[in-house]
Amino acid sequence: MKHLLSTQDLSARSALRLLDTAEEMAAVGEREIKKLPALRGRTVVNLFFEDSTRTRISFEAAAKRLSADVINFAAKGSSVSKGESLKDTAQTLEAMSADAVVIRHPASGAPARLAASGWIDAAVVNAGDGTHEHPTQALLDAFTLRRHWARITGTPSAGTTLAGMKVLIVGDVLHSRVARSNVWLLTTLGAEVLLAGPPTLLPVGVGSWPCRVFYNLDDALAERPDAVMMLRLQAERMNAAFFPSTREYSRRWGFDDGRLALLDTMGLDDTVIMHPGPMNRGLEISSAAADSPRSTVLAQVRNGVSVRMAALYLLLSGDPQDDDDAVDGRADQDDPPATTPEGRTP
Amino acid sequence: MSHDTTPRPDDAGYLIRSASLLGGAPTDLLVRGGVIAALGPDAGRDAGTDAVTIDADGLVALPGMVDLHTHLREPGREDAETVETGSRAAALGGFTAIHAMANSSPVADTAGVVEQVYRLGLASGWVEVRPVGAVTVGLGGERLAELGAMAESRAGVRVFSDDGICVHDPVLMRRALEYVKAFDGVIAQHAQEPRLTEGAQMNEGDVSAVLGLTGWPAVAEESIIARDVLLAQHVGSRLHVCHVSTAGSVEIIRWAKARGIDVTAEVTPHHLLLTDELVRSYDPVYKVNPPLRTSDDVHALRAALADGTIDVVGTDHAPHPSEHKECEWAQAAMGMTGLETALSVVQHAMVETGLLDWEGFARVTSATPARIGRLAHQGRPLAVGEPANLILVDPAARWTVDPSTMATKGRNSPFRGLELPGRVRATFFGGHPTVLDGSLATPRSTPRSAPHASQSAQAGAQGDLQGGEAPAWNI
Amino acid sequence: MTVPASESGIHKRVVLAEADIDRALTRIAHEILEANKGSRDLVLLGIPRRGFPLAQRLAQKISAVDPSVDPDLITGQLDVTMYRDDLRRHPTRSPLATQLPPSGIDDKVVVLVDDVLYSGRTIRAGLDALADLGRPRAVRLAVLVDRGHRELPIRADHVGKNLPTSSQERVRVHLAEIDLIGGSPVDEVVIEDRA
Repeated sequence: MKHLLSTQDLSARSALRLLDTAEEMAAVGEREIKKLPALRGRTVVNLFFEDSTRTRISFEAAAKRLSADVINFAAKGSSVSKGESLKDTAQTLEAMSADAVVIRHPASGAPARLAASGWIDAAVVNAGDGTHEHPTQALLDAFTLRRHWARITGTPSAGTTLAGMKVLIVGDVLHSRVARSNVWLLTTLGAEVLLAGPPTLLPVGVGSWPCRVFYNLDDALAERPDAVMMLRLQAERMNAAFFPSTREYSRRWGFDDGRLALLDTMGLDDTVIMHPGPMNRGLEISSAAADSPRSTVLAQVRNGVSVRMAALYLLLSGDPQDDDDAVDGRADQDDPPATTPEGRTP
Repeated sequence: MSHDTTPRPDDAGYLIRSASLLGGAPTDLLVRGGVIAALGPDAGRDAGTDAVTIDADGLVALPGMVDLHTHLREPGREDAETVETGSRAAALGGFTAIHAMANSSPVADTAGVVEQVYRLGLASGWVEVRPVGAVTVGLGGERLAELGAMAESRAGVRVFSDDGICVHDPVLMRRALEYVKAFDGVIAQHAQEPRLTEGAQMNEGDVSAVLGLTGWPAVAEESIIARDVLLAQHVGSRLHVCHVSTAGSVEIIRWAKARGIDVTAEVTPHHLLLTDELVRSYDPVYKVNPPLRTSDDVHALRAALADGTIDVVGTDHAPHPSEHKECEWAQAAMGMTGLETALSVVQHAMVETGLLDWEGFARVTSATPARIGRLAHQGRPLAVGEPANLILVDPAARWTVDPSTMATKGRNSPFRGLELPGRVRATFFGGHPTVLDGSLATPRSTPRSAPHASQSAQAGAQGDLQGGEAPAWNI
Repeated sequence: MTVPASESGIHKRVVLAEADIDRALTRIAHEILEANKGSRDLVLLGIPRRGFPLAQRLAQKISAVDPSVDPDLITGQLDVTMYRDDLRRHPTRSPLATQLPPSGIDDKVVVLVDDVLYSGRTIRAGLDALADLGRPRAVRLAVLVDRGHRELPIRADHVGKNLPTSSQERVRVHLAEIDLIGGSPVDEVVIEDRA
């Protein structure tokens, strides 16, 4: 890996390597001295064109635990808001010898653009781009799910996939980068993914995704998922006629107390409830659900640091000239060759 | 600049040897006095000894291409393109006439602006530059621009378009269609339902779902075309549909033509070749409006161009300064350059696939667009006495597209790096070679009002322009 | 590492066979007990990958001498990947697990166990890793093979075999717990050099 831009182009092998590395990073987080020297002298820039204190702090903690120097560049309120282009910003960071740029951007594809442009040599980590992807969020979700799955199946977490697991993602899939990244990553890891939400908030083209789609949340819950991931709903979507009212949304697609009780009734004792945060309590998730023992919300936050440490470590520690996917000198042969979309009709 | 003292080769003529007329048997042509003076084995005999001989063995002679859809950016964005640079690109691409779209700054919505563009075209002399007039004031979609004044101006506007923006108000569209009947004009519609495409970034479908880019649904184009053909039928007017991009649009136009509705349609070279798969790179060089569609759409468009449902190829040449493309996808400008690649792309997509022969190529790139734009002296048959607007093409040539070497100021070619067939070796514009040996030669000297280039009227040229005579491109 | 030695251009010579390795480990186990004056506070930390099975074998042998020792309770694994000074010179290395015995390492006598001692840089990294995990009373080093060419002031306390080598040569340790050659587990130390 030279960059971490999306989970769609992440092979199962690379994904497992990230998760396994994150396990080791998590162990470091439980020590008294939570610091590793691996990235000493390297510079990680957090380039945030969108406010997200949670994600930024998580990346900052991850970089610092690996002894990297961290520069936080909040592009809001800086020269960028005065019209400086992404290109100029990137070249500024290049001039400051950034080794990695962690970028959060409201435009889908901005990290890919940065990585492919030649404006900068640094490794690019996508920390959420528009409505495209949020790969480290999906990795931390997968990490959380894998630990849960390992616990109930009584196997060690490291090295295992999510084969056999059923994950239900609920809500505004259309605008959710978290949903997209999870769909690709969880299916790559062998899980079965179900989507549920109002038809207006599922993208045209969702039919080609490797998921089953439900318009009714209760029908989806009847499939007995092992995890239910509630997506954040932005209330302003209501103004664009995606749904009639937040109350109707909440009744039909919110994880409310009734549905929480339903899990017990159905005997789904091991089913967990996930949320990427920040939560709209009472809208897409009830307080009782968010605070129940089934909720993994805080574990997700904790795991975020481990997963981001793994990503930064794997991107930055090795020789950048070498084949990145080589593991301990052995070529990574299980990865199928990347398919290049032709895009031209013969 | 005076040519009076030196003998002018245009007067002596050009003897083109062994050109394949529209892909047929090799023939000699004599171009002299602005017209095709002789054709066939005897052409050499008619040529004087001082005629310039051009060996066209292996080359195809075609009528000069006519583009109904070019963005020249002048006035207003001369950093993106000027009439001069755009018409140089056009000549190199094999065009002898182009239509300058109205979305300049100021908008070409008055006789003054269209005459300015027209005059800049005359001064450049590389191709015939015909301004397109805006349908509504400032492309605002609220009040009709002074269409009659533009029609009667020296620019003689016949094509009106708010291109870039759809005339979406049905009443305004109806009125425009009706109004231009008075001077045999045509409304060229940019079919895009605005509410359905708010914030739209790319074709809505499988790829947009994955990329998280706001979709531009096919229905937003098709619904406007359906409405417009019915309006055109109702008021008995002529309608031209710009840059048709979907298979559904093709079906609607086919239906309309079968009902006898006077509609013509255009397709761009890029929609004949490229698909939305390219957007996966997030490289804004592939950002265009209407967006690149799917492979199914591409095949439907090719079939429609072959069977006449789609009448013409229009480039939608849209140069942009690099800073408008070297940015995030959502921030980037829409549009692609196309003048210098159109012939090659159409050869590749239509001729080499067997869908069109060179005669068909000439129909869709020259004769029909000239007829739609009411250009009497363009798109004519290659016959004795016809205006010498013609090109010589090497169909066997292969070249790799390199935007940095192009004559247009725009570097935003989506064909960058692609190997394409076909090169323009020579372009004759009104009997004058603007392109020779595949390179720019000289512009045609400022035209005169008199029909024959051999009549020396240099001194009077400027006077003619100010004298309020009929449009000066008379060849 | 499991490539047959017949590969062109590589000359291979076995310097320790299975029985030699076992004898060497038995001797080291006795030396460790002797130096420590018994098994009290002993912790054996193997450096992955081959240091760990060696540490396990040593613990077994110590337990054979002193049956009060539960080999599993004194053995652990110490991954030094993140502490290496050559990370940037190689393709990215995945970190491996660090596993300490339940007693921890504070005030223990930690014996680091590795297969081959060469430049000393791995052991340097191991000492740094150890410092982040706790404060042992003493740290000792046991290696199966010392091949010389030290680049740091580091020396092993217990050595299975001193092997004079040239830097062109590669010393490979194969252990049955990890290495299969032709499908069967193998215990051997070989020297390879490009002929």
